[in-house]
Amino acid sequence: MTTPAASPSREGVPLLQMMGITKRFPGVVANDRVDFDVRSGEIHTLFGENGAGKSTLMRVLYGLYRPDEGEIQVNGAKVAITSPADAIRRGIGMIHQHFMLVDTLSVAENVALGEKSQRGPLTDLGRVSERIRELADTYRLNVDPQAIIWQLSVGERQRVEIIKALYRNVSLLVLDEPTAVLTPREVDELFVVLRQMTEGGRGLVFISHKIHEVLDISDRITVLRAGRNVGTIQSSEASRARLVELMVGRAVALESQPSKGTGGEVRLSVKDLHVKGDRGIEAVRGLSLEVSAGEIVGIAGVSGNGQRELSEAIAGLRTPLSGSIRLGDAELSAANPADARAAGLAYVPEERMRDGVVPFFTVAQNLLLVENRSRDYSRLGFLRTRAIRRHCQELISAFDVRTPSLDTPARNLSGGNIQKLIMARELSGSPQVLLVAQPTRGIDVGATRYIHERLVVQRDDGTAVLIISEDLDEIMTICDRVLVMYEGTIIGSADPRVNTREEIGMLMAGVKSAVPPLAGEPATASP
Amino acid sequence: MSRFSVAVGEAWKDRRRLLLSWFALPLSLVAALLLGAIMMLALGANPITGYNALIVGAFDGSYALGSTAVRAAPLLLVAVGICVAFRANVFNIGGEGQLAMGGLASSATALALPNLPSIELIPLVLLAGAAGGAAWGAIPGAFKAYFNVNEILSTIMLNLVAVQIMNWLLAGPMVDKTQNSTYGLIPETRLLPRASWLPILIPNTQLHLGVLIAVVVAVGVWVLIYRTSFGFRIQAVGLSRDASRYAGMPVKRTMTLAMTISGAMCGLAGALLVFGSISHRMVTDGSLTGFTGSDGFNGIVVALFGALNPLWTIISAFLFGGLLVGGDALQVATGVPADMVTALEGLVVVFVVSLEYMRRRSRTTSSPSRRSRARPTEPVAPAESLVTADERSDP
Repeated sequence: MTTPAASPSREGVPLLQMMGITKRFPGVVANDRVDFDVRSGEIHTLFGENGAGKSTLMRVLYGLYRPDEGEIQVNGAKVAITSPADAIRRGIGMIHQHFMLVDTLSVAENVALGEKSQRGPLTDLGRVSERIRELADTYRLNVDPQAIIWQLSVGERQRVEIIKALYRNVSLLVLDEPTAVLTPREVDELFVVLRQMTEGGRGLVFISHKIHEVLDISDRITVLRAGRNVGTIQSSEASRARLVELMVGRAVALESQPSKGTGGEVRLSVKDLHVKGDRGIEAVRGLSLEVSAGEIVGIAGVSGNGQRELSEAIAGLRTPLSGSIRLGDAELSAANPADARAAGLAYVPEERMRDGVVPFFTVAQNLLLVENRSRDYSRLGFLRTRAIRRHCQELISAFDVRTPSLDTPARNLSGGNIQKLIMARELSGSPQVLLVAQPTRGIDVGATRYIHERLVVQRDDGTAVLIISEDLDEIMTICDRVLVMYEGTIIGSADPRVNTREEIGMLMAGVKSAVPPLAGEPATASP
Repeated sequence: MSRFSVAVGEAWKDRRRLLLSWFALPLSLVAALLLGAIMMLALGANPITGYNALIVGAFDGSYALGSTAVRAAPLLLVAVGICVAFRANVFNIGGEGQLAMGGLASSATALALPNLPSIELIPLVLLAGAAGGAAWGAIPGAFKAYFNVNEILSTIMLNLVAVQIMNWLLAGPMVDKTQNSTYGLIPETRLLPRASWLPILIPNTQLHLGVLIAVVVAVGVWVLIYRTSFGFRIQAVGLSRDASRYAGMPVKRTMTLAMTISGAMCGLAGALLVFGSISHRMVTDGSLTGFTGSDGFNGIVVALFGALNPLWTIISAFLFGGLLVGGDALQVATGVPADMVTALEGLVVVFVVSLEYMRRRSRTTSSPSRRSRARPTEPVAPAESLVTADERSDP
């Protein structure tokens, strides 16, 4: 397929039409009769919360998933896209969030990968390099065809991906959160390139969480919520408020259980914290917060705004660049997990199968993971089997961990029971501060309710509880105070009994003026 | 409860699984022996005569049993060392080098202290052997833990370094200068002080104190792994570095220590080779195997056949010791080279690993929902960890 004739934004047959796409996974409808189309020469954004179904829809388009229902038309002709290779043949390209490049090969070699050489069995890197230079000149993409991928910055790698798509002459390009890894300057440069790419009549699908970027670059915006298309609007008619309203929807009011006492002593205090993320970009940028005894503070925010790095820094799993973390009287900014625990921290991690349990260990062994040195359970280095089993038996009945026996491997338990097991272990040491990341993600309703009740009980016992969650309903239900994290810092705070879901949603989208600061809140650093 | 009825529904599959897990090891031994019989037939020998000679040579009478036990002792210690390292998910292929370093350290100690009584000298030389091996195990352990250096490569490389050190020491500083040879000096030490010789426990056999020590150490290591909090941490680190770090365990130190203990076991085996030898010298022919008799590698087979459990390893070591001792009798009786025993060992490993693979495949294909549904614990699979360890390192 070649680039369509230069007829930007002329009404007619869309480049792509997806009609009534339904994709079910066990227990979830990821896409529910979604309609989506892309016209020649436009940038059409897919917008929505995590798990709203954006990626699923694009995977259907790229041939990674087969839809259960619905029809896809490319240039007005009905097609069945069976594989990524098939999608590429039809002129559909995709730039994944994690780049698909071979680190040890050059730019030209990466571009040539999977393409037929014009010289038969021999490579044709000279011609490929020449074409890359032409494309780089036309689109002002500064890329050296001879450079080896591992030498390049993230922004440069993304340019290589774009060159790859241009080289293949795609007519429709999907960019999955392309700005997540870029600095603001690089984002501006990218947008210039994207605009230029549409001039030849290409259509682009842009996926992002960041509302200002979406309004900046899009011609049209489609908002997905819980797998449904809840609206496709012209960018000129969209506003931040309208997008947030569509994204968040109207929630059913949930009963909240406010804290009895307030004004306990400050147990956890984070000041001007800076933490680097895995991709080398600063993920936490000058964040400050305080959590007192007897309150539940929730950190809301769209994922990828530094929440994971923040929780790992507090837990001692990630060393901060600068700033201070105080837990009680202990300074933890250069700590390791053992020190954080010694200072009174309990941590329920986000990746429970990776960090929270040893899947091949039994329930009893997993319950012993933290306290294996404690004098209660080992004497002169020898494990006190009987005391351990009694302790474990008490814990699993106290926390309602449903397991056939203490000797069942943890990997055989359901997600909810694993989370209860981790909670049982973490709370058994009566912590000063409890940090819980994504307390109930992927967990059934019954276990979710139980875990929420437990968190409230812990708060009433005087523990300082900090919850990081992407689930706004959860935050609104159990937190006494909400801090919203955006681009590595706390952009604002809210009171779940006073502020609405929409107001918090605005903060999550980076709109700062949405909620007037509450009296008595700790000062929050600006981004 | 419904989950138990599910378990009942899967009873047939469970039975097949059970068969494969409990009988995998005996089955692989039988299969290897059958193939060995075919090899003997091909070489024009009668396999019944051959195996009869092998069994008589290894197990018939107190002298044969004593020789087998003596041959098994260093194998057992190496295998126990492999078990410790394996529990921490480190593969110690450096047994050969650690044996040599243990032998050298213990020999040097004995030569330096010729006048001590047995009661002091024997514990000292054994400790020196353990220390030599420990040092040689700690290096790759620390490299693995702190710099993520592949331990399989580093331990093999250190084997090569160890053989050079051994050749240099035995031909140079430690050589017996009193020997009168017309062809230059043989690379061996002087006769070691009589007080350092491991005493014979049963008269008219070779059974020496080293055998007892090896068995006691094996039991001790089992206790260490399964009954102490340190062993608990070794297991946790071996199964999940991430979860162990999160739980506040000193992951890197634990890995290094596990490799150090593993090296110490091999070093102790090296001391047994020296002080339990008939010549009572440390001797080499210029290659590593000249001193170790390949025990550093055979120990790996023993550990695998012992399901990487120190207690099972005691039986496994005795069996393989018997194979090695009986191999000579087999050669005498049938003319088939004793090296065939090495081939048998290799076949055993091939069968153990492939049966384990079959067992796992039957499990994963029969119950796709096993992750989501709680079930009673299945029987502990002897060699399960063999395959799972590979999968763990590659999520």
